Amino acid sequence: MTTACKGFLDEQFLQLEELQDDANPNFVEEVVTLYYRDSARLILNIEQALERNPLDFNKLDSLMHQFKGSSSSIGAKKVKAECTLFREYCRAGNGEGCIRTFQQLKKEYATLKKKLEAYFQLARQVGPAETACRPK
Amino acid sequence: MSITADSKFHVLAVDDSLIDRKLIERLLKISSYQVTTVDSGSKALEFLGLHEDDQSNPETPSVSPNNNQEVEVNLIITDYCMPGMTGYDLLKKIKESSSLRNIPVVIMSSENVPSRITRCLEEGAEEFFLKPVQLSDLNRLKPHMMKTKIKTQKQENEEIQELQPPPPPPPPPPPQQLPNNSKRKAMEEGLSPDRTRPRYNNITTVV
Repeated sequence: MTTACKGFLDEQFLQLEELQDDANPNFVEEVVTLYYRDSARLILNIEQALERNPLDFNKLDSLMHQFKGSSSSIGAKKVKAECTLFREYCRAGNGEGCIRTFQQLKKEYATLKKKLEAYFQLARQVGPAETACRPK
Repeated sequence: MSITADSKFHVLAVDDSLIDRKLIERLLKISSYQVTTVDSGSKALEFLGLHEDDQSNPETPSVSPNNNQEVEVNLIITDYCMPGMTGYDLLKKIKESSSLRNIPVVIMSSENVPSRITRCLEEGAEEFFLKPVQLSDLNRLKPHMMKTKIKTQKQENEEIQELQPPPPPPPPPPPQQLPNNSKRKAMEEGLSPDRTRPRYNNITTVV
C-alpha cells in the first residue's frame, strides 16, 4: 500500500494484499473491480431513492448498510465513515443531512478510485521480477 | 464409498454480498478447505438437500438419509444480514433438521450487537465472527469440524458393524506348485482380519 493511499485505506486493504500470491496474482484487483461495480449500482439506487418524496429512510439505510459492508471489506476507510454518518442521519430522519453526506461520500469515493488506479498502475510497473523476464 | 483420511474439509459459505463471498472463499481456500459459496439461505438449504417443507411434515422419517447430500459439508459459515432468510433463520432451520443439526454453523456480521451474538450462540452457532473476517479467525474453525467428523465416523463405524456380519474365514490356499504371483496372492488371502478392516480409525489429527 503506497503512502498516497494512507488515510483512505485501512489495515483491511493490507489483509487483501496478503491474500494475493503467485497463484492468485490479481486477487486485489479482482476484489476492487467487484467493489467498483457494486458501488456504482448502490450509488445509482441511493440517488434514485433520494429523489423520492417523502424519503424512505428504511430503504436508504438498507442500501447504505450494503455500501458500508463492501467498503469495509476492502478497507475503504473514508467512504465507510461517510456511510456510517449517512445511516445516523437516516435513523434521525434527517433528509438534508443524508443528502449532504451523500455528496461528501461521492467525493470520497471518486478520490479513492483515483488513488486505487494509481496504485494498480504502480503495481503493474513494478511487478514481480519473473513477469519482467518472461518472454511474451 | 470410502472415506479417505486425507480428504479436505468442505465448507459451505453463505453471503448475499458478492465481494464478501469472494473474500471468504479466498480465506477458506488459503486455509486448505474445499469451498462452496451460495448467495442465500434458501440456496444453502437446497444445496444441503433440505427442502423447507420437510421439517413441518411429521411423516418425514427421522432417519433422513445423508444420501440426499451429494457432497458432505463439514461446516456452514453464513452472513447474518441477508434479505429474505437471515443467517439466524438459516441457523434455526439447520438445528431443527435431524439430518443437518450436527453440522457446525458459524455466523458472520458487520455489526457488533451483543444481543444478536448471544441469540445466535444460544441457538447453536459455534462461533460469531465480526466482519471483515480475518485469516486468524478461521483458525478457530478446525476444532469444530474435527469434532463432528470424528463423531460421524464413529457413528458410521457402528452402523457398518451392525449391518455386516463378520466375514467367514477364507479357505486355506490349495497346495499347488504356483508361479510367484499366485503364491503372493494366496499369502494375501491368509492375512489376519485386522488388515482387512476399513481404515476409518486412521484419523490424521493435525493441530
